[in-house]
Amino acid sequence: MLSGILIFNQKGENLIFRAFRSDCRPRLADIFRIQVISNPHVRSPILTLGSTTFSHVKHENIYLVAVTKSNANAALVFEFLYRLIMLGKSYFGKLDEEAVKNNFVLIYELLDEILDFGYPQNTETDTLKMYITTEGVKSAIANNPTDSSKITQQATGALSWRRSDVKYRKNEAFVDVIEDVNLLMSATGNILRADVNGQIVMRAYLSGTPECKFGLNDRLLLDPAQASDTTPGRATNNNAGGKSKARRAAAGSVTLEDCQFHQCVKLGRFDTDRIISFVPPDGEFELMRYRATENVNLPFKVRPIVREIGTTKVEYSVAIRANYDSKLFATNVVLRIPTPLNTAKMTERTSQGRAKYEPEQNNIVWKIARFSGQSEYVLNAEAILTTMTHQKAWSRPPLSLSFSLLMFTSSGLLVRYLKVFEKSNYSSVKWVRYMTRAGSYEIRF
Amino acid sequence: MFLYITPYAPPYGSRLQTIQGKVAELRQELNSGGKKDKNYSAKKIALKKIVANMTMSNNDMIALFPDVIGCMNLPSLEIKKMCFLFLVNYSRMKPEIALKALPILVDDMADNNPLVRALAVRTISYVHVREFVEATFQPVKRLMQDNDPYVRKTAAFCVAKLYEHDKKMVENSDLIDRLNRMLKDENPTVVSSVLASLVDIWGRSESISLTIDYVSASKLVSILPDCSEWGQTYILEALMSYVPQDCAEALLLAERIAPRLSHSNSAVVLTSCRVILYLMNYIAGEKHITSLCKKLSPPLVTLLSKPPEVQYLALRNAILILQKRPEVLRNDIRVFFCNYNDPIYVKVTKLELMFMLTTKENISVVLAELREYATEIDVHFVRKAVRAIGKLAIKIESAAKQCIETLLELVDAKIPYIVQEATVVIRNIFRKYPNQYESIISHVIRNIDDLDEPEAKAAVIWIIGQYADRIDNSDGLLQDYLATFHDETVEVQLALLTATVKLFIQRPTKGQQLVPQVLKWCTEETDDPDLRDRGYMYWRLLSTDPATAKQVVMGQKPPITAESEKLDPRTLEELCLNVGTLATVYLKPIHQVFRAARPRRLMPSPALQREPVTPINGPPPSLPTGPGGNPTITGPNNMNEAADAADAYFSGIGSQQMASMNIGGGNASQSQYVVNQNQQSAYQPQLAGGVATGELLLL
Repeated sequence: MLSGILIFNQKGENLIFRAFRSDCRPRLADIFRIQVISNPHVRSPILTLGSTTFSHVKHENIYLVAVTKSNANAALVFEFLYRLIMLGKSYFGKLDEEAVKNNFVLIYELLDEILDFGYPQNTETDTLKMYITTEGVKSAIANNPTDSSKITQQATGALSWRRSDVKYRKNEAFVDVIEDVNLLMSATGNILRADVNGQIVMRAYLSGTPECKFGLNDRLLLDPAQASDTTPGRATNNNAGGKSKARRAAAGSVTLEDCQFHQCVKLGRFDTDRIISFVPPDGEFELMRYRATENVNLPFKVRPIVREIGTTKVEYSVAIRANYDSKLFATNVVLRIPTPLNTAKMTERTSQGRAKYEPEQNNIVWKIARFSGQSEYVLNAEAILTTMTHQKAWSRPPLSLSFSLLMFTSSGLLVRYLKVFEKSNYSSVKWVRYMTRAGSYEIRF
Repeated sequence: MFLYITPYAPPYGSRLQTIQGKVAELRQELNSGGKKDKNYSAKKIALKKIVANMTMSNNDMIALFPDVIGCMNLPSLEIKKMCFLFLVNYSRMKPEIALKALPILVDDMADNNPLVRALAVRTISYVHVREFVEATFQPVKRLMQDNDPYVRKTAAFCVAKLYEHDKKMVENSDLIDRLNRMLKDENPTVVSSVLASLVDIWGRSESISLTIDYVSASKLVSILPDCSEWGQTYILEALMSYVPQDCAEALLLAERIAPRLSHSNSAVVLTSCRVILYLMNYIAGEKHITSLCKKLSPPLVTLLSKPPEVQYLALRNAILILQKRPEVLRNDIRVFFCNYNDPIYVKVTKLELMFMLTTKENISVVLAELREYATEIDVHFVRKAVRAIGKLAIKIESAAKQCIETLLELVDAKIPYIVQEATVVIRNIFRKYPNQYESIISHVIRNIDDLDEPEAKAAVIWIIGQYADRIDNSDGLLQDYLATFHDETVEVQLALLTATVKLFIQRPTKGQQLVPQVLKWCTEETDDPDLRDRGYMYWRLLSTDPATAKQVVMGQKPPITAESEKLDPRTLEELCLNVGTLATVYLKPIHQVFRAARPRRLMPSPALQREPVTPINGPPPSLPTGPGGNPTITGPNNMNEAADAADAYFSGIGSQQMASMNIGGGNASQSQYVVNQNQQSAYQPQLAGGVATGELLLL
């Protein structure tokens, strides 16, 4: 398992060096600095030198590095590094060079707690905050043995993510369904790829130890008869496609290609009867992630016409249309339209929003703050190119779109219910919000 | 992109002074406060400063060791933790001072606060000093039976730590037995920690074996849901030591583990994949296998929405699993299409996977996609895309024409590196499908002046030589190259020699002036032994029997296949038992990269669906075995191992895939375009540097 954790800033200064095994020698810090940080050719997150492997993640302006010997579980290594980032964020707001420098002691203390002999231990924020504290995070628990047992029970228990003494006057739960819709459209307007990566984030402010049941309009749950003949994960099932899709759409259900759940969800339960049942951690957490590839509703259709006229001019005419209901509106719609590297002058006009040429990015950035459903806007632009002695073809990277759209899910996913059971039988208020964002929404031209 | 900072130390003298000043200042601060300082806040602040300086200012803080130990016993957990941290960091450098802390730690292991007991046993076992190790033995036995689970799990890890410090001492004690007994603990976290500790010990020991029977395995699976995600990973890793004796048992366990595939932690997902794939070796019945395979597919794809490093790992493992169980990943190939913003290591791996998943049915979609990649900015990636098109032509015969058309379109864009790459793959296509696509020769020759890389030049020279009778001005083209013969690389010179001989054989009138000239250069004016030897061979061949020479030089050659991506069965089996580990990123025999790693093999059992590739450490059945203890056993044994090692070595070198994984820059990335020099397709010294020796892997 892990031999050590190192943190560097961008200059290559070693900020944190914690060895968990005697094979993690101090000189390894210099090796990483020379081989990775000051080596512009390195393009992989994993570097093995002799028997030592450095696995690193870059976050904000720091490098987080795990040192391992021999053939370690790489998935565990990266999951741990990302968990460390998450913990840092939860303790300090963000984990960057400044945060590390202001919190050396706390970071060492955390590392000592969450890794033993290089094996990750309990990494649940809530439990850790009970006994690893900083000015910002104060714990009510003093250093006496009875309170300590409470902590130790919590840290080793089956519900390690939740304290038992949580109390709220008003019991509330907020559910955010956030979908990232990915699109890759070819220059001829064919959809090469369209899928949805969804996540369901929950903020639970519930007293005691609540048992939650969560229901979606998941096709396999709503229509188990159909589920038995087509297993999930068959995206290429084209022969039966047309007919069964129509039936599904009528039933208003969605097919989830795959789901992944937070540690708190009883996976056995989901596997047998597809019921999402869990005792939530206190506060905000990501309940699940899912993937959908069928019947993806694309909120925007972009039609670019780009003409290269000789070697000196490029003409753009880009139309964007909103396909969603006219009562809805998207915000922060930004379309980035690539321009040739040798653009000298750019003129653009739009029917809505503002377009600006950003020479350093080789982009026209077209921003529309509020985009109502069913409307369509057009941008016309003309780029004048400088002549180059060495004519090189323009690589034409794809247009990319970003937006966020409330009360809309591209997959059609809906939350049907969220039930909370607690022994004190309190009533709770539940809120659901839907949002669709652009993941990688790219249109080639 | 990165600023290179020269060492920032000021002149030595002044640095020394400032450090001494700093240390003195901190010492004073640490000892200040006196009795008025009730909450020791002055000490806390001083200690915080010391800890902050531990890593940042080399090892200057070591001067404060005695002062820090002086604070260790103050009644504040916060201070204690900081002192322990200091101790762990510096004990190795100053063991004699560290010893003063030992009594405090031993006391703390009997504290009535469980957090303090755990902290003490955790800290004492980090100190690599003999007295500390010895002093841990007795207390840890007690703490392994502590009534607090948090202390028990810390004690469980402590045994593995002691084993790292002193193998012999642990093996001579009853600690491992005690650890084993702890598997019956009622607390799942303790059980998973015990397993992690046992597996760790097992990984570093030659004498200890780890066996898990069905009842234990079944019990372990049942506590999975109650463990932390890391605990689940430890249990899953330990389950690899369970050898099913019965198909039904293996199937049942696999099905009970399958729900873990929906966990959000990729370590749980990939380790579950590993266990399920392993158990499949012991499961009979196509139906069960198919159903399990179907379950593996979606989670692997879902990992592609994780951070890029995890995506990369998932993709590398997909390449591996696909070779073992092609029925996994019958997904739509489009999920593996590259996003414009993917990091290069993800893109290149996706490209490889796309190549593997391309079939007659989806080739049109894939070709359109590859064409798109060929216009991107990253030269390395573009070349890979072009090369993939050429390899697809060789892999899928019915689509060869389509691939060639795509290549020619790309060549027409006249981007030099695309033209060069395309020339090389077109040469390979000619070799694979002789007498089918020669109509495009003129198209290729048109760009001859753009070629400046040796491999591309050699490729076009091969084409000229091979088809000297069809190309009108073949002698002229060759002559152009021969004009600079002495300046070319050996690769190009060899190609020129062969091409000139071919020209002479096919069109003697055109070649008769060139051949003697070239043969003379190659035999008399070169230092390169290969060139010289080949020159003499041609010379003798042509002077003894021109008719035979024609048969030899222009004879039928065995067609090439798509450059083999396949791992040999032995390596494949071994890697499949290591899904999710670093070795799957390299996709090489594990002992080549990680020499210390304990080898894993499929263990024989009545339920095993086929014989293991080679019995572990056993001589092959055909070799005569001497009686037990006879030294003759070790003879063939060693030879066998050596032969295996050699096989593995060469297969590693021959595999183009490994070369292509070298995304690091520098020499590595240049050499990987050397596919083959003049039809010798097997072993190229391209990896002779670090990679083959396992010393330096740039990835």
